[in-house]
Amino acid sequence: MRDKAAIVGVGCCKFGENWDQSREDMMVEAAYQAYADAGIDDPQKQIDAVFCGVVYPNFSTGEVADALRLYGRPISHVQNYCATGTDAFRFGVFGVAAGVYDTVLVLGYDKPKDRGVSGPTVAFDRVRGLPATPAGWFSLCAARYFDTFGADRGDLAKIAVKNHHNGTLAPNSMLKREITVDDVLNARMISWPFGLYDCAAQSDGAAAVIVTRADRAKSFRDDYVLVKAVSIALSENPQSDPDFDFLRWKPTEYAARQAYEMAGIANPFEEIDVAQLHDCFTLTELLSYEDLGFIEKGAAREHIASGTFELTGDLPVNTDGGLKSFGHPTGATGVRMIYENVLQLRGQAGPRQVKGATTALSHNIGGAPQACGIAILGMP
Amino acid sequence: MTGIASFGAYVPMTRLPLAMIQGRPAKDGGPEKAVAYYDEDCVTMAVAAAVDCLGAFARERIDAVMFASTTYPLREKQGAVLIATALDLRRDVETADFTGSLRCGSDALKSAVRAVAAGAAENVLVVASDCRMAVPRGAMDATLGDAAAAFLVSRDGNLAKLRASSAFANEMQDVWRADGDEFVHSWEDRFVVQEGYGPAMQAAVGGLLEKSGLGIGDFARAALYAHDARSHADLARRLEIEAARLQDPLFGRVGNTGASYALLLFCAALEGARPGERVLVASYGDGAEAFAFEIGDGISGASQRRGVAGHLDRRRPLRSYDSYLRSRGLQQTEWDAGTGPGLSATIRLRERDADIGLVGAACEVCDTVHFPQPHVCYRCHARDRWRRHRLSDKTGELLAYTFDFFFPAPEPPVVMTIAEVDGCRVHIQLADVAPDQVRLELPVRFTFRKIHDAGGKPNYFWKAVPL
Repeated sequence: MRDKAAIVGVGCCKFGENWDQSREDMMVEAAYQAYADAGIDDPQKQIDAVFCGVVYPNFSTGEVADALRLYGRPISHVQNYCATGTDAFRFGVFGVAAGVYDTVLVLGYDKPKDRGVSGPTVAFDRVRGLPATPAGWFSLCAARYFDTFGADRGDLAKIAVKNHHNGTLAPNSMLKREITVDDVLNARMISWPFGLYDCAAQSDGAAAVIVTRADRAKSFRDDYVLVKAVSIALSENPQSDPDFDFLRWKPTEYAARQAYEMAGIANPFEEIDVAQLHDCFTLTELLSYEDLGFIEKGAAREHIASGTFELTGDLPVNTDGGLKSFGHPTGATGVRMIYENVLQLRGQAGPRQVKGATTALSHNIGGAPQACGIAILGMP
Repeated sequence: MTGIASFGAYVPMTRLPLAMIQGRPAKDGGPEKAVAYYDEDCVTMAVAAAVDCLGAFARERIDAVMFASTTYPLREKQGAVLIATALDLRRDVETADFTGSLRCGSDALKSAVRAVAAGAAENVLVVASDCRMAVPRGAMDATLGDAAAAFLVSRDGNLAKLRASSAFANEMQDVWRADGDEFVHSWEDRFVVQEGYGPAMQAAVGGLLEKSGLGIGDFARAALYAHDARSHADLARRLEIEAARLQDPLFGRVGNTGASYALLLFCAALEGARPGERVLVASYGDGAEAFAFEIGDGISGASQRRGVAGHLDRRRPLRSYDSYLRSRGLQQTEWDAGTGPGLSATIRLRERDADIGLVGAACEVCDTVHFPQPHVCYRCHARDRWRRHRLSDKTGELLAYTFDFFFPAPEPPVVMTIAEVDGCRVHIQLADVAPDQVRLELPVRFTFRKIHDAGGKPNYFWKAVPL
C-alpha cells in the first residue's frame, strides 16, 4: 500500500457556526478548492469516485451527487464515529492503490449546527449507559491516570492553551483567541475533569482531498504528497472490557501498530515531524502522545511542561489549533487534519509552518472510544 | 406454622427540613421528612425494602409477590410484576397489586398470611410503598413522607405470628385522590380526626381486644398509624397505651408514609421486640384494622438488615425547597423527557433481564462474567455458552468515574462510573453520594432507580450506591 497513492489537491472551508451556509454550500466550496489545488478543470472526466465522511442525519449520497453534479460513478458514505473522515480517506486511498480508480475525491463534511443545541443531544431512548455524552466517555481515564502518574487539570489546561494559540495562526479556524491556564481552570465544569475549555466545540465544516495513483501524481503537480499508511482499528469497549486499565485508549495503540508497520516507522518520535491529534478533549490529546508511542506511558506531564508538542518543540502537535480551535464537524475533522498535514509537508503553512517537515501523522479516535483512524503522509 | 420470616424497610436518605416549607432556614436537628429523590418512586423504594427484607434468602423459593401502594404511576399495568422482575424471581411467581386505600399495605400482609396458612403458597413477599404528593406549601406538605416496608411470610416463619385481627369499615370522604389528581386532598382536618381516624382506630382496636380476649396491657408495643402527631397521641391516651409502649410514629423524621405507614412502624417495633412479646399494629384508611402479633424465637437471630433504624441514620438534607420541587418534578425544566416517544417496547422486552433485573451471564467455559449477556465471550471467544448471573445482589468497586454536569438532574452533577462486580464491568450511575466521597475503589452495592420519564412513564435501571 505504501507510496501507491498520492494527494495532489486539498480544500477546506472555514469551520465555525456557519449559520448562513448549507451542507451544499460547504461541500461545494471544499471540493472546488481541492479541484483548483490539483489543477482539475474538468471533474466530470477526472473524478472516478467519491468517498464521503459524514455522521449527522443527512440526505445521504444523493445530496453529494446533486451538489457536485457528479453522476454515473460511485459515491459512498463512510461512517466510523469520529474517525469517519480518516476512514473515508482510507476507502479512497485503497481504491486507488488497488488500481480500481485513477483519481478520487474524498469529502468530509458535517453540519451539527442546524440542530438547535450547543452540545450533544441528551439521550432518553434507553435506560442503560446514561448519561451518554462524549465528555463523560472520554473522561473515564482521568481519575486513574491522575492517580497513577500525578498529572492534574493544570496539565490538561496547557494543552488547551497551546491549541488555542495555534488556532490564532490558522485562517480557517473557528476560535481565534488566546486563552490562559486560569481561563481553562475557572471555566464551568462539563464532565470532570473537563471544563468548557477542555472540550472541543461543535461546528460546521467541510474539507476535501484529491487522491490519485502515485505514478500519475506528477501530471497534477510537482509537490505531491505520498500516502505512507492509513489504518483503522476497533478496540474492546472500554466500558465493558474486563481487562481495561483506564490509562490509555486501546484503539489508538491498535491503529498505531498497523500504521507504523505499513509506513515502516520504527521510532515515531524521531521519524514523525508534525502531527494532528484528536483533541476532542484535552486528556485525549495527552493520552494520544503516549498511545502513539511518541513518548513513554506516563511521561506526558514532563513533555507538556517542557513544550515538546508546541509549535517550537521537537514534535509539534495540532499546528492549526486542532479540534479545540476548529470545532468538530465529525465527518470533516479527519480530512481537515490531512489538509493541514499536506500544507505542512508542502511548506505552505505560513506562520505555523514546521520547518523541514517531511513526515506527518493525523489521528482520530471516537465512540466509547472504540475506533481509531491514523493517516501518515510523506514527501517522495 | 405460618409466620413472618423476615422484614425490611426503606426510608430514602433525602430529607426535607420542614422549616424550608415556610421559607425559613433549616436548623441542625430540626424536624424533617423523608422524601423520595428524583430517581426514586414507590417501585424503587419497594424493591429496596424487599432487598433489605430478603437478605440471603433463596429468591427462587418465593411463590408470590403482593405489592401495596396508592401511588403506582400506571393505571393499567402492574407494579408487583415489575418488582418481581427487578428481584429476579421465578417466572411462575404469583403477583398482585393492592391499592385504592391507605389500608392496602396491611391488607396485603393479611392476605399473605392467609394464603400461606391456607397452603396456597410457602413463601410470600409483601411490599408496601407509597410516595404521595402534597400540594407544595399546603397543609399536608409537612406531614406526608415517603418510605417502604417489606415482609416475608413463610410456612415456617418464626419472627412473629398473627394471632388475631379486627376490621372496621367506615365510608366517608376524609382523605382522597381522584384519577388524574397529582396531589392528595383532605376535608377539614378536625372532621377527619373526629369522625374518621379517632373513632375508626378505637373501634378496630376495641374489636381486636374483644376477639382475642387480650387486654391493652398485654401488648409490649403498639404500632399505630398516625394521622398526625397530636391525633396519634390523643388516640394512645384514649386506648390507655403507656407512652413507653407506644411506637414512635416518626413525625419530624419520616412523616406519614401512606400505605406503608403502619407496616413501617411495625418494622420499627420488631427491631426492639423480644420473644414472647405481643405487638399491636393498627392501620387506617376507609376505616381501620387492628392486628395482634406474637413475637417468636426467630427475632433474636442475627440479621444483615438495615431496617428502619439503619435507614434513619442515613440522611442527606436537601439544600433548598427549590431542589425539593425539582426532585419531585414540580418545576418546569428545559429537558422534559416526558414529552418524547419513550423507550421502544420491543427493545425493552428484549433487554428486560439486563435493564430491570441487572442480570448478566457467566461464560460456561472460562467463567468470565459479562453484562449484559452477549453471544461471544470477551476472553475465550466461546459462542453462546452462558449461565444466568445476577449482579444486583453482589457488591463491587469503582474503577472509573466522572461528574457529569450536562445530564439533567435537580442537583447536578450526575456521577457516572464504571463499577467492577464479579470481574464484570458495568457502566452505571452512582447515587446517594456527595461528590467528595467519590473515589477509585469505593465499595458499592446496587439499587433499583428511575432513570427518566421518557414517554411520560417511569423508566428504571440500577444505580450503584456506597456500601
